[in-house]
Parts: sequence; structure tokens; C-alpha cells
Amino acid sequence: MGKHIGKSVKRVEDPRFIQGQGKYVANINLPDMAHVAILRSPHAHAKINSINMSAAKAMDGVIDVFVGQDLIDGGVGKMPVIWQVPDNKIPDRWPLVPDKVRHVGDSVAAVVAEDPYIAADALELIEVDYEVLEATIGAKATTEDGKPLVHDEIENNISFKWGLGDREACDKAFEEADHVVKLDLINQRMIANAMEPRACAAQWTAATEDMTVWTTSQNPHIIRFGLSAVTLPMLDEHKLRVISPDVGGGFGSKIFHYPEEVIVPWIAREINQPCKWVATRSESFMTDSQGRDHVQNCKLALKSDGTITGLYAELHADMGAYLSSIAPLIPTVICITLFSGLYKYPGIWGETTGTLTNTVPVDAYRGAGRPEASYLIERIVDVAARELGMDPIELRRKNFIPKDEFPYQTPVAFLYDSGDYHAMFDKLEEIADYRGMRAAQASAKEDGRLVGIGVGGSVEASGYGPAATVGALGFYGGMWEHGGIRVHPTGKVTAFTGSHSHGQGHETTMAQIVADKLGIEVADVDVVHGDTDLVTQGMGTYGSRSAAVGGEALSNAAKKIRKKLVTLAAHLMEVSEDDLVYDDENGSVQVKGVPDKSKAFGELAFAAYSGHSLPEGMDPGLETAAYYNPGNFTFPSSAHLVQVEVDKDTGEIEIQKYVAVEDCGNVINPMVVEGQILGGIAQGVGQALYEHGVYDDDGQLVTGSMLDYTMPRADNFPMIESDRIETPSPSNSLGVKGVGEMGSITSPPAVVNAVVDALSDYGVKHIDMPLTSEKIWNLIQTNGG
Amino acid sequence: MTHTISMTVNGNTCTGDVEARTLLVDFLRDHLNLTGTNIGCDTSQCGSCTIMMDGSAVKSCTALAVQANGSEIITIEGLANNGELHHLQQAFWDEHGLQCGYCTPGMIMASVGLLDQNPNPSESEIRHCLEGNFCRCTGYQNIVKAVQSASQAMEGGA
Repeated sequence: MGKHIGKSVKRVEDPRFIQGQGKYVANINLPDMAHVAILRSPHAHAKINSINMSAAKAMDGVIDVFVGQDLIDGGVGKMPVIWQVPDNKIPDRWPLVPDKVRHVGDSVAAVVAEDPYIAADALELIEVDYEVLEATIGAKATTEDGKPLVHDEIENNISFKWGLGDREACDKAFEEADHVVKLDLINQRMIANAMEPRACAAQWTAATEDMTVWTTSQNPHIIRFGLSAVTLPMLDEHKLRVISPDVGGGFGSKIFHYPEEVIVPWIAREINQPCKWVATRSESFMTDSQGRDHVQNCKLALKSDGTITGLYAELHADMGAYLSSIAPLIPTVICITLFSGLYKYPGIWGETTGTLTNTVPVDAYRGAGRPEASYLIERIVDVAARELGMDPIELRRKNFIPKDEFPYQTPVAFLYDSGDYHAMFDKLEEIADYRGMRAAQASAKEDGRLVGIGVGGSVEASGYGPAATVGALGFYGGMWEHGGIRVHPTGKVTAFTGSHSHGQGHETTMAQIVADKLGIEVADVDVVHGDTDLVTQGMGTYGSRSAAVGGEALSNAAKKIRKKLVTLAAHLMEVSEDDLVYDDENGSVQVKGVPDKSKAFGELAFAAYSGHSLPEGMDPGLETAAYYNPGNFTFPSSAHLVQVEVDKDTGEIEIQKYVAVEDCGNVINPMVVEGQILGGIAQGVGQALYEHGVYDDDGQLVTGSMLDYTMPRADNFPMIESDRIETPSPSNSLGVKGVGEMGSITSPPAVVNAVVDALSDYGVKHIDMPLTSEKIWNLIQTNGG
Repeated sequence: MTHTISMTVNGNTCTGDVEARTLLVDFLRDHLNLTGTNIGCDTSQCGSCTIMMDGSAVKSCTALAVQANGSEIITIEGLANNGELHHLQQAFWDEHGLQCGYCTPGMIMASVGLLDQNPNPSESEIRHCLEGNFCRCTGYQNIVKAVQSASQAMEGGA
């Protein structure tokens, strides 16, 4: 470890954000830019009989209006699904639907006008003759016989079934169990609501046939590939530049290839004029791929002493009206593989039915399948502790995978790399003063107060992922990462990463890695990301992969630079490379034991470019690149403890204390890591207590605005205490594990466990999220408050 | 039909011709090219577009440009003084009070409004004041710390 990794370096990207100089897509204004607005279906399920565009087309300031068939005739392809599971049925999805709408917000027509206000006005003038059809909703209910079909060719609205585990061992565990806990859970529909609505701009240069697309994406290179290979095949990949500049939050919802990324450049090329589309928040609610939405039926087998022996779970996952880009992955591969949790037990079986409904498509949302797994495990384990009369931490500890058994092969495919769950919980109990909290709780309960304490722990697979493994599991690409380093003749450095920062702070943390490995200053490294013309290749940021995969790629590139510098220094000083040492403090190359005899970093950089005296066979210049394909995922873990108090009269829940201990291995920047954890916890608390994407029986999104969809606010939290343990990952040389999603994976069960604990005297076994005041108040009334 | 309006924005007199329905935030962003003020919703919930108008923190998506005729506006671009960051800008940076940066201009301007009225707010007063501003990245904790830190720095400097 050198001089920068592990330090809370202040973020280098912040000066532009705090001064209003963020470069978001909506801020792009080009000369002669036209504005695109999209007509959204008001119906969840309807045939389009006809569309009359004549009034809209005739409006002053309207350039043109297009419908689905125009784009199909113009050569666009269907939206691709790039992670598939065996035998999944993939419904057709066109960027603009030609014949039938399948969810509220489905794209029906696109107006391009001189001004965004005019474009919005023109939408009002488009007359669509819809034949409204009955809608189907509900992850499980949609599979019943007689339900309307979202796509005629997909029977019972079932897109796929997928299972994993040791069924035999699972059955045996239940046959031999002393105690079986049954639990039915709903992991509700979530809406990511990154603060920046999606946007897309495009500029076509007819003379050179170059296209530039600006889009709010977490992975611009994948969008470039998707556009040129599938959706806009008339564009050549090498003449297509995709830029995702500053992106205002993603949380998974900006991973996917969206219809507007096809519509806007297609129109720009068609009218030969730059175009821009910026979503309204209402459009975000209706069109950003949403998250979670499982119905889970599960049971846990235990011995009477609390030893867990088996888990059986059936999941129904609502995929919405179409399969979004990587949707089949989320409730299957990335979810059931984590059913072992923190625990060592043999008998795991999980199976998922992926279903279609007349709702907005569902795909990855922060945690992406892992919160659905951790909530299931940590809820049912908690219920087991209550039923067996054990302390919930005691029961967990009894079943932890012991520290000395890592790397640990679970029965559900993964090889956990490292961890120390006992030490993590030791720290949690110590910081929180768990025993003291329990004593205070007992005393509060005597006073008639509804105080509850909840614990949650989880392990997740991050750092996606080894290319061959993700390929075998259904991904069309490889999840390596690319890192490039260009040392300039003055010794300043530009680093290029295929990872993408949309809040994570890569411009700082990636600079720390490069500066650390080269022994130079962070201020001397500029990090470039999010532009396919500047960064050679990239797989982007999701699955908590940037440090473990993108960081490692840059680290490996830096090692190549070091090697060249040492070879060059040996030549210039006429000594053997074996006699030289690289100084991590200042980047110079010195003769061992003779610090005076050295070549400074900048001196060597200039020598590499002057080329006046290079070793035989060495090319001038000083830049390199590395692709890094990880050998394994990384497995961060975490432990949360929450104290809540429920107001008997109002059902309102107050979080009084929140302590979180994470293990994300070695840490590049503790300040940034803590920020990720705090933000993740807030989103998880949002899921536990407030957020719910609600559709009525007609498929109308009832929670279609920030007024109706309740998100956590500043006054919903106490100061959260956050700490770490570090078990370095053996999966990469930096020893890092992912951290971006951990908070949102562990917090929902911890919070729900706390509330159930507070209401235990009412005989409450389980409450489905979100735990709204209304729900809690009704429960108290019904159960004899 | 358009209306000619004039206002002082970040110390400069700005005039423009707008429709009656033009929102103040669109006037700032599209007419004056002050794109630091962001739009995060269409229902006045998120606070990303908060600016100072005649000394009060205002959501600029919820005012018409014509309503701001003759007013004095400060946006995030006008907060630093001759290149020296405002205490709140500095504190958001120091305390890691931002991640993606999108809510940040509105969050800082709402905090300017708070500290103008209440230079030494308690933690709960800060949290209460910022109820009208969503942040999806930070969990608010470091934003609250930033406002506390700026409050102390401003007290110290006064």
C-alpha cells in the first residue's frame, strides 16, 4: 500500500458540482437543436387502431412526428435482452410501439419541434384511437388461467423458470428438521428515482456519417455496442461516439438500453438536425425500468438448537410488460446464488418464475436481486429465532461460516472469497452496546413503549464478474474492465477507465489508485470516463464492480508503466534493472542503496518521449492499457443493528439508532466508502418504510409522482454510526470488494426485524414492506391495541 | 404573445422575452444559459431547482418567469464571491455532502435560505428545513453535517 490508497482524499469532481458547472446531458445545447417529446400510452393494455398526426404535424414549430412503423421502416431493430436464462421467452419490444401498448407510459409517437414547449403542446394534438384491453398485474396472479396475455405468444405470461441448489439435500433437511419456519413475503415494486431524469441528445454529421449520442448511461460503451449492433444497425460502431458525461445518479436504472436512445439519434439522422429529449419526472416514473417486485414463498429447516439445515424458496418475479436489458438475471442468477447468506448449511433450493404483466419493465435496482435474497434469508432467520426463543444474533452466530473455512464453496454456485462474520458482529455489538440496548428496551417496554431492535446481516457477490462465468450464466458480453494510462512528457498523467461514475467519485478514487501505484500526486492524475471516443473500451458501472474490476485494470496498467520506467532508467543510468528500486513516495527510479543516483518520474517521462536514448527495441512514448478479467467475484458482507420506536397512537415509526459495520475488504477512500454505505442505507430504509410502486387493477401506476411515491427525506433519519472491518479480497491485488450496494441490501431486513420486534407483544410475525404508519396503526388496532 | 421581463441575476441585469407560461427555471436555464440550476421533478417536490429570489429560497420550477420580473435572483453560479467559495459550498465539499451532484445546487441554495434566517440551527431544524429537497445518493447525513459545519464557520467569521 502506497501513499494515497486508504486516505480520505477530498473529491476532485466536487468543485464543478458545488458551483453549478455539472455537465449533465440536459445542459447540452447545440446550434439549431431540435427537441423531442414522446407520446406515452395512458392505458396499460390497448390495441392502437389508428393514429392521426395531421394536426400535430401542421402546428407551427413542429418539424415532424413519427410513429412506430416509421422507425421500423427506417431500419431500427428491436430492443435487445443481453442477459438471458435458458428457455426464456423474449417478447418483441420496439423503440416506438407499432400496434399495441402494454404498460402505461409505453412509447406511441415522437414529436420533434423547435422548442420543448411546442413539442409538448404538439403531443396534445395527436389523436390515438385505442381499443382498451383488460390488463393483468401481480407477479403470481398474472400466471393464472384466463388472465389476459401481455404477449399473445407467451402462455400464462410466464417468460422463464429457473432453479438452483441441491434439491435432494434440501428435501432431506426438511424431512429431518426439528423445526420448520414458513414465511410468505412480498418484496415490493421499487422506483429508482435518480435525481437526474434520463435524457438523450444526438448529433448526426451527414457529410462524414458520424453520430454522437449523449445519454444518461452507466455504461456508454455497451450502449454504443447495442445501438450499432442491434437497434440502429445503420450506424457503424467506429463512427458512433456515445458520451455519458456527468450523470445524476443511476442506482441501476441507467444501466439499460432504452427506447429513447434509439428514437432520438434516429430522428437526428432523419431530419439531419441535432435533437434532445429530456424526461419529465412523470416520464421517469412511467418508463425507467423499476426494481424488485417478488412474491416469495419460503420455508426454513432447523434443528432444535437453532442449527439451520435447509431453505426452500419459490419466487415469482414480476418482469413487467417486456424484458428490459438484463432483467432475466436479476431474480435468478444474481439472487438465488446468495441464498446461503452468512450461513453454512447444505440444503438450499430456490426457483424463480419470471412473469409478464401490464406494468413498467423491471430490471436491476440498487442491489438487484441481492436485496430480494437477503431480505428473504434475514427475515426468515429472524422469525426462526423468535419461534425457537433464541436471541436473533445468537442464532445467526451459531450458523456463521467460520473464518477459517474461507474460501467457502456454497451449495448455490458461489465461492465466497473472504470474510469474518463473527468479528463483524463483535464490532457491531460493541459499537451499538447491544446488551445495553436490550436492557433499555426491556425497561421501555415496561413503560408501555413499543421499542424494537432489529439485526440484519448479508453477504453479496460484487465485482461482476469473470467473463467466462457470466457468459456461462447468460450474459452476452464479458465483464472485464479496461484501464488506460497516458503519461505526458511533463510527467502529468491522464487515466482512462471504462468504469463510469455517476456519483461514486471515480475521478478521485481511480486517481488515488494510479497515483499510488506510480508514486505521484493525486492532483497530477486526471481521470477520463464516459466517452467512447476517449476511452478505448469499457463495461461500465453496476454490480459494485468499479474498484474491484476497473480499479484493478488501472492498477495493472500502472504496473506496466512502472516496468517501462525501470527498464528506461536502467538504460539511462547504465545499470542492471535488478539494481534499481522504484520509489513509491515520489515515482523516481533509484539505484538500490544510492538514493542520489536516481531518475525522477518526470525526467523519465520526458526521456521516453524525446526518444534520444532508448534501450534497443523500446518504442518511444509512455502510455499503456490493460484489460482486467477478474478470476472471481468479491464477497463483501455487512451487519446492521437498528432501534425503532413505534407510536401506538399514530403507527409512526421513528428510527432512534442505526449502527452499520461493513466488510468491503481494503478501502481506497474511507470517506467515499462511508458515503456509499450511508446512501445505500437510506435507500434500503426507503424500501422498508416508505417506497412502493403501486399499480391498480387496470395497470395504472397510482404512485406516478414524487408526491405519491414516498421517498425518504432528511428528517427521517438519526445520525447513522458506520464502521468497518477489513478482510482483504484475494480476488484482486488491491484486496478490495464492492461497496455501492451493501447498504441497500442489509438495511431492509434490519429495519423490518426491528419493527416486528417492537410489535412482538401483539403477536405480529411478519409485515410486508413498506411499513407505512397506516399499516402499523391498523395492525395495532386489529391485534388489540 | 410574449412578455419582456427584466431581473437581476447574480448581480447582472438580465432581460428577455418570454411566454406567460415560461417557468422561471426554464428562463434561467434556456434563456440565460445558467444550467447550474437543475430540474428533478415536475411536481415541486424535489427542490433541485431551488434558488434565492429576493432573499428567500424558492423552487424556480414553481414560479413563472414573469413573476420574477424586477426581482433579485441568486443561483448557484452566483454564490461564490470573486472565486472564493461560499461557506456552504466549501462545507459540502469538505464534508462529502454530495455524490452525483444533481441535487447539490438546490440543496446548497435551500441551506443558504436556512442560514440566512437561522444562523445557528439545530440538527433537527436543519433536517426539517431540508425536507423539501430530495437527495437520492447521500442519505442526507453528510449534507446535515455540511450545514452544521458552514454554520459554525459563518459564526466564527462573523
